[in-house]
Amino acid sequence: MSSLTIHDLRKSFGAVEVLKDINLEARPGEFIALVGPSGCGKSTLLAMIAGLESVSSGEIRIDGRLVNDVAPRDRDIAMVFQSYALYPTMTVKENMAFGMESRGVPKADQEKAIARVASLLQIEPLLRRKPAQLSGGQRQRVAMGRALVRDPKLFLFDEPLSNLDAKLRVEMRTEIKKLHHRVAKTTIYVTHDQIEAMTLASRIAVMHKGVLQQFDEPQVIYERPANIFVAGFMGSPSMNFLAARTASLDGAAAVALDLPEGESVLPLPTGTKPQKAPGQPVILGIRPEHFTVAHRAQPGQTALGRLRLPVEVVEPTGSETMVVLRAGDTEITARYEPADAPKVGQTADLLVDMAKACLFDPVTEARL
Amino acid sequence: MADVTLARDFDPLATGGLRRKVRAKTLVYVLLTLFAAFYLIPILIVLLNSFRELPEINRTGFFAIPRSFSVQPWNEALNTFCVVGTCEGIRPFFLNSILMAVPATAISTAIGLVNGYILSMWRFRGSEWLFGFITLGVFLPAQMTLLPWAYILGNAGLTNTITGLVLIHTVQGLSFTTLFCRNYFVNIPDDLIKAARIDGAGFWRIFRRIVLPLSPPIVIVTVIWQFTGIWNDFIYGVIFSSGDKQPITSALIALTAGATSVRYHNVEAAAVLMAAVPPLLVYLFGGKYFMRGLTQGAVK
Repeated sequence: MSSLTIHDLRKSFGAVEVLKDINLEARPGEFIALVGPSGCGKSTLLAMIAGLESVSSGEIRIDGRLVNDVAPRDRDIAMVFQSYALYPTMTVKENMAFGMESRGVPKADQEKAIARVASLLQIEPLLRRKPAQLSGGQRQRVAMGRALVRDPKLFLFDEPLSNLDAKLRVEMRTEIKKLHHRVAKTTIYVTHDQIEAMTLASRIAVMHKGVLQQFDEPQVIYERPANIFVAGFMGSPSMNFLAARTASLDGAAAVALDLPEGESVLPLPTGTKPQKAPGQPVILGIRPEHFTVAHRAQPGQTALGRLRLPVEVVEPTGSETMVVLRAGDTEITARYEPADAPKVGQTADLLVDMAKACLFDPVTEARL
Repeated sequence: MADVTLARDFDPLATGGLRRKVRAKTLVYVLLTLFAAFYLIPILIVLLNSFRELPEINRTGFFAIPRSFSVQPWNEALNTFCVVGTCEGIRPFFLNSILMAVPATAISTAIGLVNGYILSMWRFRGSEWLFGFITLGVFLPAQMTLLPWAYILGNAGLTNTITGLVLIHTVQGLSFTTLFCRNYFVNIPDDLIKAARIDGAGFWRIFRRIVLPLSPPIVIVTVIWQFTGIWNDFIYGVIFSSGDKQPITSALIALTAGATSVRYHNVEAAAVLMAAVPPLLVYLFGGKYFMRGLTQGAVK
């Protein structure tokens, strides 16, 4: 039985439909990330799971129990808010005790639970402080402590790291991952940051315009995105999309690119059946890391296409260098080892690992 | 509530030379002194007259340098002066005002807090309209409400009672208290209420444990506003009460309109000053807490 099941869930505000037929399920102990750009409906979905928003149609079940019309307090959930939502007039300890106090948990048990969670999160020295006396990272910890102390069936996180500075965000991300390993509670985590989703989740639900685009393991989402939106949203720098058409090369399936420098034909991996007649338009998606400098080609690698493109911008990041290339009227970003990076104005000679490239239908935007 | 900013963005005195600075500063202080005098001189004259003996006032007039000093007028005003038939000074009317202003302030503030809480955090269909209607009362002149109140007090058997005045001031004050509290509470982040709901707290627990502890600044503002307004009210007191049920403001008029044609200017002056003490105290103490509440920046 799954911890959370969402079946054909819809939500509309008046005439505006913000969620359309969402189907999701979380197995016990799973870490699900809801990811998407702002306005995609992910926070609304979380609020509906929490019971803070009503359900227009469909079902939400927690541990098998239908909770559509159950009050938030009776859903046995805990939530961490983006703003932390710590009660400003209470001390850290009172903040953590408030939920238990509301539920009539005996004082002695409250003390025990707070002591356990405080030591787990190492916030014992903060217990007597007020939220205003805490730093951003400490508030974040306390907010998680307040959620953990009640031992709920389901943890809900609403963009918990987006108010932290970049360095702290990465640290807390690791903390959350460790914490999840230790407590192993089913968690639903909303974020607009695809790296957070990739690093934390056991499965990712990518949402766009109220529609669930793909729900799968991070690596699958990354390597076999369901459509152009998912492919472009996941991964940074994002996937390059090139208008191409189906072709054949020495009798095998291939795609052809029309570039100002002339036509480039890139072979598709052997075994790929031509799904369309030659000459049909397709969109070729290549991630920046799937380019190799021509002279570094590994012997025996197949399905390598070759592209020669002028270099427009070179962006070193230290560990790697991003190179922006001009391909007709689109720009392509390729990842280079810093030592191999070309200079602006040169022509880059690249091999494309076509086994890892994706083809999309230009009309439906779905992956072929 | 607005933030208290101590640093000025622009210091007009820093833009010119020394001469200009001196000139500008002098002008500012002269003007401020004039304004202060404008407000303070009447009070000073009343204060001085409250310690003069009556024959001296009659001889040299109200606007004269005091030649005598006596605390007798204060004693008389408080304890023995005859107002509308009783000779106990203004004490009974002072007490009436307290019995009227304290409950009316407390009840209207309490209801305003609950109204504001509901209208900001538990919105429902039409709640914005309801809020609009409630605040319409802010613009309603007291004179317009006199007839309806006469009707209500008559039917409720509350004519010429302090309870009746408490009822009037409570209801008349609700528009203001609701407006103040609602506008303060909309600044409390929604997430706090959501978190509390998930934590299992209900309507009243959220109000008591989360919203009220954040409210001291607005409670002080509301109490100052209500108490001074109710204490200083004249129109309801003079119309809906008479004899020994009058609040102090209408009794002060009765003081001057005694049966005798003799005017006790010194006693009147002392009585007026005594009547002004409670609102003054509320400002003095409340103002301090008000600033403290603001500077703590409790909400975020």
